[in-house]
Amino acid sequence: MIAPASSAPSVAVERDNSGAAVVRIGGDWRLRHGMPATAPVERAIEAAGARAIRLEAAVGRWDSSLVSFVLHLEEYCGAHQIAIERGALPDGLVRMIALAQAVPEKRDARAADSRSALLDRVGAAVLEKFAGFGDFMEFLGEASIALGRMCVGRARFRRSDLLEAIQDCGANALGIVTLISYLVGVILAFMGAIQLQQFGAAIYVADLVAIGMVREMGAMMTGIIMSGRTGAAFAARLGTMKVTQEIDALATMGIPPMEFLTAPRIVALVLMMPLLCLYADLVGILGGATVGFTMLNLSLNTYLRESSAAILTATLIGGLVKSVVYGVLIALAGCYEGFRCGNSSSAVGDAATRAVVESIVAIVVACGVFAVLFHILNI
Amino acid sequence: MSSQAATPANPAPRAAQRPVHIEVRDLTMAFGDFVLMRDLNFAVRHGEIFIVMGGSGCGKSTLLRHLIGLIEPAAGAVYYDGQNFTAADIEDREAMLRRFGVLYQGGALWSSMTLAENVGLPLGEFTDLAPGEIRQIAALKLALVGLRGFEDYYPNQISGGMQKRAGLARAIALDPAVLFLDEPSAGLDPVTSRLLDELILELRDSLGATIVVVTHELPSIFTIGDNSIFLDAETRTLGALGNPRDLRDHSDNPRVRQFLTRGASLLESAPKNG
Repeated sequence: MIAPASSAPSVAVERDNSGAAVVRIGGDWRLRHGMPATAPVERAIEAAGARAIRLEAAVGRWDSSLVSFVLHLEEYCGAHQIAIERGALPDGLVRMIALAQAVPEKRDARAADSRSALLDRVGAAVLEKFAGFGDFMEFLGEASIALGRMCVGRARFRRSDLLEAIQDCGANALGIVTLISYLVGVILAFMGAIQLQQFGAAIYVADLVAIGMVREMGAMMTGIIMSGRTGAAFAARLGTMKVTQEIDALATMGIPPMEFLTAPRIVALVLMMPLLCLYADLVGILGGATVGFTMLNLSLNTYLRESSAAILTATLIGGLVKSVVYGVLIALAGCYEGFRCGNSSSAVGDAATRAVVESIVAIVVACGVFAVLFHILNI
Repeated sequence: MSSQAATPANPAPRAAQRPVHIEVRDLTMAFGDFVLMRDLNFAVRHGEIFIVMGGSGCGKSTLLRHLIGLIEPAAGAVYYDGQNFTAADIEDREAMLRRFGVLYQGGALWSSMTLAENVGLPLGEFTDLAPGEIRQIAALKLALVGLRGFEDYYPNQISGGMQKRAGLARAIALDPAVLFLDEPSAGLDPVTSRLLDELILELRDSLGATIVVVTHELPSIFTIGDNSIFLDAETRTLGALGNPRDLRDHSDNPRVRQFLTRGASLLESAPKNG
């Protein structure tokens, strides 16, 4: 076979000697080289005022661009009550068109017109949020029951799953918690040092870092690390289990997924968060001490003594309580989003994203609530 | 032609005289306002292999999810041995669920557990067997589906066909009274799918379980089906009920005959080819 030089696709509308309009299609029709627009052809047919047209195709090479063009033209003619007659067309083309038209179009299958009034959309979004709140409350209730059953030893879960979750939320997170809280300690110390040095009160950097870490930053940074690390992992893991019907398999086996999957995760995170938080406090103070030692010429001994004097028991406990609450929030957001995940891979991604966003928002809001609460309680 | 129904491939006696095991009464399946199927009524007898068939997207798998309680019916109820499953409270329902075995479309093996742990989990939860005994039984169930020696593999280390068979092993872990199989042979090669059919027949004969199979594989339907229901996507209700071979030869519903002959009856009745 000798491949002839490629020529551009062409369409011409003309009248033959009997007076009918003829659409002549020629040239090479390749998707790669683009296809002629149908609008000018339609206008030409309209201008000719024809009630019937004949299709003649003497084309070179052709592919689905030609099929699409002819189909479009036939639909146009059908819609405008113009009779269409097929003249010489390639055999394959006729068969392809027959295949495309074999099943009639399902009228109600297309997505409904999504454009609607602004107020409609706002209303729908608000209603959806409220419905989501109801779902969450239901989830919270079920999770509480599962935790209750776990406390009295009646929940169905595997001890090894709990231990694995504890390892994942605890030991495996130490590295990143070390790095972040050390840096936060250093940053706090730097910021304080510049100001406090002006008053010759450099030693109070130790107080600043200690109180800052223990009261707020330790719990907050651990919470944010864990929501990105563990909350997202919970959502993605449970979401995938939903997609692959693993959760259904548990449910139909009479093993409540809430007890089997959610309870161990919440417990693991709630147990590990205060430990991680305590560890973060310590590492943060060491970070501050590094700055004090190298920049402010404070002895390590002095710095640590000043730090320990600054930390009140109530502050320490307050920080740990916060971390427990953050842990609950992260675990709930992660598991909730995992359970209500849709049935596709993109839904799993969305679930993980929502879990992280929701838990971080919840942590910051809770932090605000705690600030007010502690102020009232004079802690 | 009706004698063809009792072929050697179906050695079990026609189960018309056996008691009803699963009964579906006036079941309507709907998602919100969208009604998928309405007024389904049928009964499955003990020890029967019951096929749920229909075109893609007609609600076969959804019907299965209704039967096992994953979706609540919009109306109607499902009864097992005369006990209302739909209205049962949690305790009763869990007890009934424990008599079920379900094979999901993709196997749905728990990916963090080995095959032996997958099969052993229900045994560990619902029996008082010692860990050694559980492992032994799990190994037996895996051997039954031809996976001897694969106990310590994880689901992602074996092929799709093996995952399905492992899913079947898990479904029969507790020797269920009812076995639900969702598209057991979808995505399997013809030989493996044939072996799976034989396995299903074998399980019915040896365990005496009632088996509900969702499928649209014609060879499987004719090989294993004692009785069947055809869900008609056009009328959104039950299209036909009966032995699949009888339906193929005698059904009044042209869509049922079309389905069971891969559209051959459609071509016969079409004027062009007639």
